[in-house]
Amino acid sequence: MQTASLHRYHALNRRRVLLVAAMLAVALLAVVADLMTGPAGLPLAETLGALTGWGEVARSADVIVWQVRLPVALMALLVGAALALAGAEMQTVLENPLAEPFTLGVSASAALGAATAIVLGLSLPGLPAVWSVSANAFLFALGALALLQLMGRLRGGGPEVLILCGIALNFTAGAFLSLLQFVASADALQQLVFWTMGSLAAASWPGVTVLAVVLAVTAPFSLKAAWQLTALRLGEEQARSFGVDVVRLRRWSLLRVSLLAASAVSMVGVIGFVGLAGPHIARMLLGEDHRFFLPGSLLTGAVVMSLASLVSKTVVPGVLLPVGLVTSLIGLPIFFSLILRRRGR
Amino acid sequence: MKGLRIEGLIVSYGRRRVVEGLDLPPLMPGEIAVLAGPNAAGKSTLLKGIAGLLPTRGRVIFGDRDLAALSSGDRAQTLGFMPQTLPSGAALSVLESVIAARSASGEGAGADHAAMAVLERLGIGALALEPLDRLSGGQRQMVGLAQALVRDPALLLLDEPTSALDMARQVRLLSEVRRVAAEGRVVLAVLHDLALAAQWADRIAVLHKGRLHSFGTPAEVVTPAMLAEVYGVEARVERCSRGRLMVLIDGETV
Repeated sequence: MQTASLHRYHALNRRRVLLVAAMLAVALLAVVADLMTGPAGLPLAETLGALTGWGEVARSADVIVWQVRLPVALMALLVGAALALAGAEMQTVLENPLAEPFTLGVSASAALGAATAIVLGLSLPGLPAVWSVSANAFLFALGALALLQLMGRLRGGGPEVLILCGIALNFTAGAFLSLLQFVASADALQQLVFWTMGSLAAASWPGVTVLAVVLAVTAPFSLKAAWQLTALRLGEEQARSFGVDVVRLRRWSLLRVSLLAASAVSMVGVIGFVGLAGPHIARMLLGEDHRFFLPGSLLTGAVVMSLASLVSKTVVPGVLLPVGLVTSLIGLPIFFSLILRRRGR
Repeated sequence: MKGLRIEGLIVSYGRRRVVEGLDLPPLMPGEIAVLAGPNAAGKSTLLKGIAGLLPTRGRVIFGDRDLAALSSGDRAQTLGFMPQTLPSGAALSVLESVIAARSASGEGAGADHAAMAVLERLGIGALALEPLDRLSGGQRQMVGLAQALVRDPALLLLDEPTSALDMARQVRLLSEVRRVAAEGRVVLAVLHDLALAAQWADRIAVLHKGRLHSFGTPAEVVTPAMLAEVYGVEARVERCSRGRLMVLIDGETV
């Protein structure tokens, strides 16, 4: 009996490892598909040739893949991964399945930061002008999360307080954003509205590098805390009785979330849904043993965002839709059908 | 000296002091001690204070160490805490939850075997791969006990461990708690049911309004006078043919 159950448990874990590996493969395939799609269609052989440098590849294909499409495709992958990992950690440490950077005002704050650059022309001294929007968005998003952290540390501050503060922050940042929109020039207004829709069009190699570094630095720490985070799913009191320093866990986790969310949102603008749906889909597929749940969320987010990037190029031929619209409009119905089917079982 | 001693313990919820400078005579390994008392007497609060889950002042001495001064990780190696209920919503199986209870601090090696062994021991091995959310209230309590036991603690704190259990499971759980105590552990449990407490406890501590009202063997503590004073009921305490104490309530005191 004992060994039978353990065997089944180990078999289940092996299946989960395979599933995570399969998700990685799907993510890579989605990137390749993303690379092949665009105003000038590239055949698979040429795309792979340009990527790997093998065989005869037209110079135009090389330029399209490396200069135009790869930064966009990788940015989609990384933004999805970062937002979903941030959402997964947030949902666990705030003990709320609705927590994600978007719902807790991080995205709205980033948009406000972007507006200060676009409308008011504020930027950090010494920073190249092309970076001022991203830099301000990053600082405001980071500031929003720092404010949340501070609120959480006040007397009686717990997950509920943090979430209420996040929602209040969302509305406050939204109100200030409207104010800036009200006073903005027509040009600035258009640019700002475009930014708040979320777009991969401005993806660049330096941006991709920054986000990749942030992800590479934070993800290992997330994984290292996997058991503690799993224990926290059994309740804060239980986790503490198991020896988890919950206050410390929450503080460091929210720091990781801050870096991930702020850098992702500052690169591409407001993108909802991925931070919420990535973890939910991963939870359905893998359960909440965070050794699998965290990488699963990261990869699900990456896949969802890559597919959204693909769809944003193909749904209206010749037009690149803002990817934030795609994630919300097309992602949500799929997400709800998944949830309802799950409930129906 | 081995065992658990409590000296001048104050436990607060926010600014409200619930337990006021409580002293508890030593509880020895091998013994089951029960915290009894009416609602809002401070039983669960005291238990959580001892477990380090609420802010305390005063001393909680176990063996020769002050538990209140230990880090949460060190404390977890010494004591196991079983909560009244487990929260719902976690997408984890029973076995995973018990493995997490062991792996969350300290070494994770062999956690799967240790977790499975505890589940078998408590007679819930068949539930190992069931999702936590599909369990009944009683099964959840058994899993809570497994989570508390899996780190093999020398001090076991149980917060109303039988509140959701049917009669057979109450006996099963308390028999297991008896065996766990007999292996040289100190067990302190909050129990509402005085008849159950009188049957299973070696010592009973009665709390009343945050203070220790009485402490001793069941026969010393469970008396009509205590029942009138603490619970406000008029009651008789009888012995059945097997010598067990029975509490018969006649009505409220006037």
